[in-house]
Amino acid sequence: MLEQEITPEIVKEHGLSAQEYQRILGALGRAPNMTELGIYSVMWSEHCSYKSSKIHLKKLPTERPWVICGPGENAGIIDIEDGQALIFKMESHNHPSYIEPYQGAATGVGGILRDVFTMGARPIANMNALRFGAPEHAKTRHLLAGVVEGVGGYGNCVGVPTVGGETNFDESYNGNILVNAMNVGLADANKIFYSAAAGVGNPVVYVGSKTGRDGIHGATMASAEFTEDSEEKRPTVQVGDPFTEKLLIEACLELMDTDAIIAIQDMGAAGLTSSSVEMASKGGVGFLLDLDKVPQREENMLPYEMCLSESQERMLMVLKPGHEAEAEAIFRKWELDFAVIGEITDSGHLELQFGGEIVGDMPINSLVDDAPEYDRPHVPTPKRQAVEVAAPDDINQAILDLIGGPHLCSRRWIWEQYDHMVMADTIQRPGGDAAVVRIHGTEKAIAISTDVTPRYCYADPFEGGKQAVAETWRNVTAVGALPLAITNCLNFGNPERPEIMGQLVGCLQGISEACEALDYPVISGNVSLYNETNGTAILPTPAIGGVGLMKDSSKMATVPFKRDGDVIILLGETKGELGVSLYQKQILGLDEGCPPSIDLTTERRNGDFVRALIENGQVDTCHDLSDGGLIAALADMAISGKMGAVITVGDLIPLHAVLFGEDQARYLLAVDASLAETVINEAMDAGIPVAKLGTVGGDKITVNDGVVNIALDDLTKAHEGWMPNYMTAE
Amino acid sequence: MKSAVIVFPGSNCDRDMAVAIEKVTGVKPTMVWHQEYDFDPVDFIALPGGFSYGDYLRCGAMSARSHIMGEVAKRAKAGVPTLGVCNGFQVLAEAGLLPGALMRNAGLKFVCRDVSLKVVNADTRFTSGYDGGQEITVPVAHHDGNYFADSDTISALEDGGQVAFRYTEDINGSCNGIAGVTNKAGNILGMMPHPERMVDPALGGFDGIHDGRALFESVLAGIG
Repeated sequence: MLEQEITPEIVKEHGLSAQEYQRILGALGRAPNMTELGIYSVMWSEHCSYKSSKIHLKKLPTERPWVICGPGENAGIIDIEDGQALIFKMESHNHPSYIEPYQGAATGVGGILRDVFTMGARPIANMNALRFGAPEHAKTRHLLAGVVEGVGGYGNCVGVPTVGGETNFDESYNGNILVNAMNVGLADANKIFYSAAAGVGNPVVYVGSKTGRDGIHGATMASAEFTEDSEEKRPTVQVGDPFTEKLLIEACLELMDTDAIIAIQDMGAAGLTSSSVEMASKGGVGFLLDLDKVPQREENMLPYEMCLSESQERMLMVLKPGHEAEAEAIFRKWELDFAVIGEITDSGHLELQFGGEIVGDMPINSLVDDAPEYDRPHVPTPKRQAVEVAAPDDINQAILDLIGGPHLCSRRWIWEQYDHMVMADTIQRPGGDAAVVRIHGTEKAIAISTDVTPRYCYADPFEGGKQAVAETWRNVTAVGALPLAITNCLNFGNPERPEIMGQLVGCLQGISEACEALDYPVISGNVSLYNETNGTAILPTPAIGGVGLMKDSSKMATVPFKRDGDVIILLGETKGELGVSLYQKQILGLDEGCPPSIDLTTERRNGDFVRALIENGQVDTCHDLSDGGLIAALADMAISGKMGAVITVGDLIPLHAVLFGEDQARYLLAVDASLAETVINEAMDAGIPVAKLGTVGGDKITVNDGVVNIALDDLTKAHEGWMPNYMTAE
Repeated sequence: MKSAVIVFPGSNCDRDMAVAIEKVTGVKPTMVWHQEYDFDPVDFIALPGGFSYGDYLRCGAMSARSHIMGEVAKRAKAGVPTLGVCNGFQVLAEAGLLPGALMRNAGLKFVCRDVSLKVVNADTRFTSGYDGGQEITVPVAHHDGNYFADSDTISALEDGGQVAFRYTEDINGSCNGIAGVTNKAGNILGMMPHPERMVDPALGGFDGIHDGRALFESVLAGIG
């Protein structure tokens, strides 16, 4: 294999263009061997190099005073005071999850956990954003079941709670589901570990699981479109071992308590190759690796295979000289492999030794800095015209269909398969606006929400990008937390098509504008392109993971109605925006018009006002308005609180537009009757549109004296029933 | 009261158990790594939840055969109150310290949610703080909590007052809805639900229920 001649076919199989191959020849001054070609192919893959997105990602706002570390490291870091820091990131595992849903999803969780604990954090919360094809598509049920089981199988065993997420269905994901996993960890702000290698002669140490032949070329697979024969790629899906990951977490955190580590990096996509190249590149040094010393699970592995394997649960470290024995003792205690596999050099090259010979020698900067960067042509999505959206034949039935349909039904079937309580700090469980996890041993808590509305992004990428950020901000606000920063996972189709590139560029502009206006910087993220099957792209799906901080978690607000007689108050302006609404999609089966507009100044003003109400103890029951509009929020509050509501809305706007409109920057509150007038007056003083809609109580949801009249029991049955029924149907 | 929490590779509710014990007893328990079999004498031993040895082979099977379980068995047989929760229950059953076995949930899925339990026998080292017949809410989080024993064993458990807790609805297919059992002497309790997750009002859902607390208070009261 080492001697194999590099033909144009082999270059193509490695996902490299002819021009890119010429670039490699230029960088090396000679032809690469197979191992080197393999390494260039993964380092220059879309997945590792961000070659199509980089020039646009650079424009994202990434700085604010509380940001300790923005994009570029394994994960981003923010300061949450008292000497503590949060480390978080979201990452995609789309392609593997479609091919093998359980392992694809499980290793997605494993990978994002490593990105976080490699920086010195104890992981404290898992989140996810999942998209599946249409419910009626033949594969959807199988994929949903497998992904959920995989997410749970990994997180439950590792003992990190999976506290929330979002799950959506759309036919554009029929052949290309999305599995985006997020993790949040807690670290001491003065004890953070980075990946920059340093110190010529210092030992390079491999810890964790042994290297096998699994996952070879996973990063390359993730950088190509799917075709019918993608099933044949099943062997490139990695297999996860959460038990080893748990040991690895404990061993790494134990070693981090000592003074032995100079740099540490997990082996993620492209495994040993990308971890060593990134560490060397960041530190401006070279690496000499002796591949014979790599712990191996299988016999007769070749350098090519060892370098490209994506075997899971492995880490690479640079230790301070003389600390090897101390470190080894810790890893032996946890029954993990520990091997010194090389050393830092001043060559500026990645040199690979095998059987006593040098089998690879590449300049580090050529692998990283010389990676191609493309300014791909992009055309904006054409602006749409606003349309009239018809009323339903039967509004009561439409409400039942929505609340009891695939898009708004309870996700309990999913999250009851996740241990969402382990670590005993989950103070707001799944099902609310944001998950809330207490900072262990304190009164502080963090709120986390993952959101995006892909149908908005498809209709108008700029407004959709803004909305995705604004919705996480609103969800984090609705529990009473101050939103601090986001991570993102940008899932798009083939960037070589100008209209897809236009979606990416438009969404990023929207995200930037919202982050800027809301003081909500991007601190980490991931790009997943080529999400297409046989030329059909997914809806543009820039999933946003937002994180906020609550100083006094006893003030936290939740969704369920709590007291009979509470006054129901709607904050924010209702114009009845039904373009691209869930109502239009599900009930009318249409995708027309413009998504709701986002005014970020209004968003901020309204959100800041709500947060203050919660912090002051005036409000403990709050829900943001999003998919499905006012009636969906009201139903959630009633169903979860097991209390009905009687409301009246005016007739200036058609009733279906009031109930289903998805106007932004709105919150529904249930306020103790004695405080209601004060809250309404304060809103008016702040210039915020406010409406007293009615009161909590009874066993029905009633609107406008019975125009809408639905028994809470029926609504609850519909809401809770859809997913279990769907999953058990043949 | 001096307590020990036994930690196996893959235990993941060890911290939760320790926090709960300290909250109720006021004393931090000793965390005992599975290789430290000569740990100091204690008044109470807890085997926490998690996935010891990754649940490989069978849940609890590898831990049950680990060296430290010999020591735990010796002390438990000598009368030290010993609690196994979730994976800890599986370990106790695999070790033969409790009758029966925990099989895969009848629904075949992992289940994590609050469940309602009936306190069947309030006259044990672990339940004296409850009223007999009282219904409490405690969460479960398991994939293999389907309690099984042959019918003679089940009858003996029921007649002998060894059933401590029973689910009020079918959660996982357990025989007679058994959620927790003791040994004959009543000083060893295994249960699938997690009482340690219900000692803190902030975690008690929306209504402030914290029904795990009385279990630890019972143990403490028995020690005096």
